[in-house]
Amino acid sequence: MTPELGQFALILALLLAALQCALPVIGAWRDSKPLMATARSLAVGQFVFVAIAFGILTYAFLVQDFSVAYVAQNSNLELPWWYRFPAVWGAHEGSLLLWVLILDLWTLAVAAFGGKLPPRFHARVLGVLGFVAFGFLLFSLATSNPFLRLLPAPGDGADLNPVLQDPGLIMHPPVLYMGYVGFSVAFAFAIAALLGGELQSTWVRWSRPWTNVAWGFLSAGIVAGSWWAYAELGWGGWWFWDPVENASFMPWLVGTALIHAQAVTDKRGGLRAWTLLLSIFAFSLSLLGTFLVRSGVLTSVHSFAADPKRGVFILGFLAVVVGGSLLLYALRAPKVAGGKSFALASRETLILIGNLMLSVSAATVLLGTLYPLIGETLDIGRISVGAPYFGFLFMLLMTPLVLALPFAPLSRWGKADLGTWKRALMRIVALSLAAGVVGWALGARGWLPLLGVTASTYVLTGTVLFVIKRWKEAPRGKRYPLEMTGMLFAHVGVGVFIAGAILTRTLSIEQDVAMRPGDTVHIGAYDFRFDGVGETQGPNWFAQQGTVAVSKDDAPIVTLHPQKRTYPRGQVQTEASIHPGVFRDLYVSLGDPIGGGAWALRVYDKPFVRWIWAGGLLMMLGGFCAAADRRFRVRRDTAQENDVATAAGSRIGVAEQGA
Amino acid sequence: MIRRLIPFLVFVLLVALFCVGIVWNTRHDASYVPSPLIGKAAPAFDLTALDNPGQRIRKADLLGKPYLLNVFASWCFACGDEHPVLMEYAGKFGVPLIGYDYKDKPADAKAWLAQHGNPYAQVIADASGDTAIDFGVYGAPETFLVDARGVIRYKHIGPLTPDVIAQELGPAIAALGKPPR
Repeated sequence: MTPELGQFALILALLLAALQCALPVIGAWRDSKPLMATARSLAVGQFVFVAIAFGILTYAFLVQDFSVAYVAQNSNLELPWWYRFPAVWGAHEGSLLLWVLILDLWTLAVAAFGGKLPPRFHARVLGVLGFVAFGFLLFSLATSNPFLRLLPAPGDGADLNPVLQDPGLIMHPPVLYMGYVGFSVAFAFAIAALLGGELQSTWVRWSRPWTNVAWGFLSAGIVAGSWWAYAELGWGGWWFWDPVENASFMPWLVGTALIHAQAVTDKRGGLRAWTLLLSIFAFSLSLLGTFLVRSGVLTSVHSFAADPKRGVFILGFLAVVVGGSLLLYALRAPKVAGGKSFALASRETLILIGNLMLSVSAATVLLGTLYPLIGETLDIGRISVGAPYFGFLFMLLMTPLVLALPFAPLSRWGKADLGTWKRALMRIVALSLAAGVVGWALGARGWLPLLGVTASTYVLTGTVLFVIKRWKEAPRGKRYPLEMTGMLFAHVGVGVFIAGAILTRTLSIEQDVAMRPGDTVHIGAYDFRFDGVGETQGPNWFAQQGTVAVSKDDAPIVTLHPQKRTYPRGQVQTEASIHPGVFRDLYVSLGDPIGGGAWALRVYDKPFVRWIWAGGLLMMLGGFCAAADRRFRVRRDTAQENDVATAAGSRIGVAEQGA
Repeated sequence: MIRRLIPFLVFVLLVALFCVGIVWNTRHDASYVPSPLIGKAAPAFDLTALDNPGQRIRKADLLGKPYLLNVFASWCFACGDEHPVLMEYAGKFGVPLIGYDYKDKPADAKAWLAQHGNPYAQVIADASGDTAIDFGVYGAPETFLVDARGVIRYKHIGPLTPDVIAQELGPAIAALGKPPR
């Protein structure tokens, strides 16, 4: 009976979502306070029922109710209890439910913390979020119901894909979804502004903390995914330009552009139309990602669900949401370019360069991801583009951004002082070159690793120069407001990331070797001695476990135990053994026995690989930090004034259209 | 106004592309990952019978008449869905249905067949899954139609359903008399 209650809860949530997207918006249009006031209770109600449905599905996994088809397909009696939680979102139906749950969490937060926004604006925002929830709940119930029953119920289930049985999976999807579903809030703010014909750009300031938090989560989610791929897939790579990865990376690129564009609109009033467009794009790309991953329209290692019905539904929803908002944009976006003017040499220009590069990169990634599809459509056969295409173009596009990055904080709004630029440039270049020389002395040979060292130092010293400048120039106590501190963290993150990405790529030593027990292989400065393979067991697997003793100059460092696990349904999963370090990871993964007692082993020395994720985490910290700035707390008096002004403004607008 | 419409128009193009993509996928579902083996000789194999580990079954033993090779396993969830269909159609194909037990423990497979019924004329056991790699098997169930000369004529990935049998497999069996395309 319980699973049916879950389905019933989903149906109720769907009905509440339908009301949530209709009543508040009508209320805002008719200026009816009672109708607008329904928004909050409807949002809370919808959240409660989705949470009940999610709870019931989780419970079905915990008690192993195999009469539920979804549970039977993704779990079995031997699955340890701690993996039964992530199993809930281990496949299509459940991850969709998680999507809705997280959307509702965001909606709840907007309902709770947006109380000081002008009521009409607040009602419209919740209405838009209600519409998105409605679409996804309908999708879930119509094509991907997680509560479908199996008759007769099997005695045991299949299994959760062993690739997914990793602590990383517990964190990765929820955090990632917090990020890209979170862009729905910036989207809802933009649509509400268009619907209400907001003449001022105050709404952008209200939207900024939400965008920053979502972006922070998205950064963390991508880091978690990358780390998981590194530890779990056994190839030692950290990014594969797989369509599923691209699906999360495109919203991140556009989101990064968006937080900067929002800053310009907030502080200078410029780029208003562009900010609107980016708000729409960031969320559209999240939806597009969901479509690409879930429809099976592209083949990918990760795409589990290839069901044309699902594809058609999401495509229809995508067309309505994105098409509708872009049409709304065309009709209602501010016609006159607003804001204060700026010179060619100014902070605005530098931010625009960054915005341009980020948007073009997102478009390039989109194009590359869609290439196979375009190929089919034009009947040129299946083409797919791989890492070289993405890697090369991405580096090319990021170069101007990296070059501009340190100068943006150092420049003034409106018009930058060329003298300041010149002095900063000389210092930054001098320090970067010095760092290059030090890198050379420490053993970074070849132009690529040196490029990594200098580019990273370039960004870092630029950021440090700005910290010093603020220390000298700003009055005590006002030197580093949180918004600025967040920016500093994120920019340092970029520098750290560049060092990690380029140095890992160029300095890594990777060898596939055949070893007999007692053999030693020499990689970098390290000796790896293979001491044979034994057997070991876990809660729901048994494994062949190799023993590899690592030493440097005869001093033992660590003993690694790479495993090849066999799960109850016969699936084999490689578990690399990693000795982590700030400056290098030592990585061993176990291949197959070759015969005569020899085994194939992959032995990697990966310098600076952790810096990649450290950089991403610093960016996350930056996003959260900036969102906490006092500037973004909505004060009721200004908000109310603004509401009166907009209400009057939109009435004038209507009158003009009528005439 | 026109300039403001550009993003919308680009998006319309994108949606059109996706529509074509979806239609393409539904039409080409069976050959979604086209098997390079179609029209080519089936790989040579040398395996054992499931119910008699002493009896070897080689490719040469099966030459001379066409057969259907159905890859299944007791651990495979979708094979459970497919099984009733095989039970119903096994006698109606007009060619013998041979089971290919993939990466399975023989005892599990025998118990599974005993419980659900055995539609197969013969079952080949490939416990290691090594030979399946030659066949390009990447999941179960998969079904191969092999003609009398040992050439693979048709391949289906995923469970056979009455629809697939009526629209694809049936015509492929009927076309066996003609030379391969």
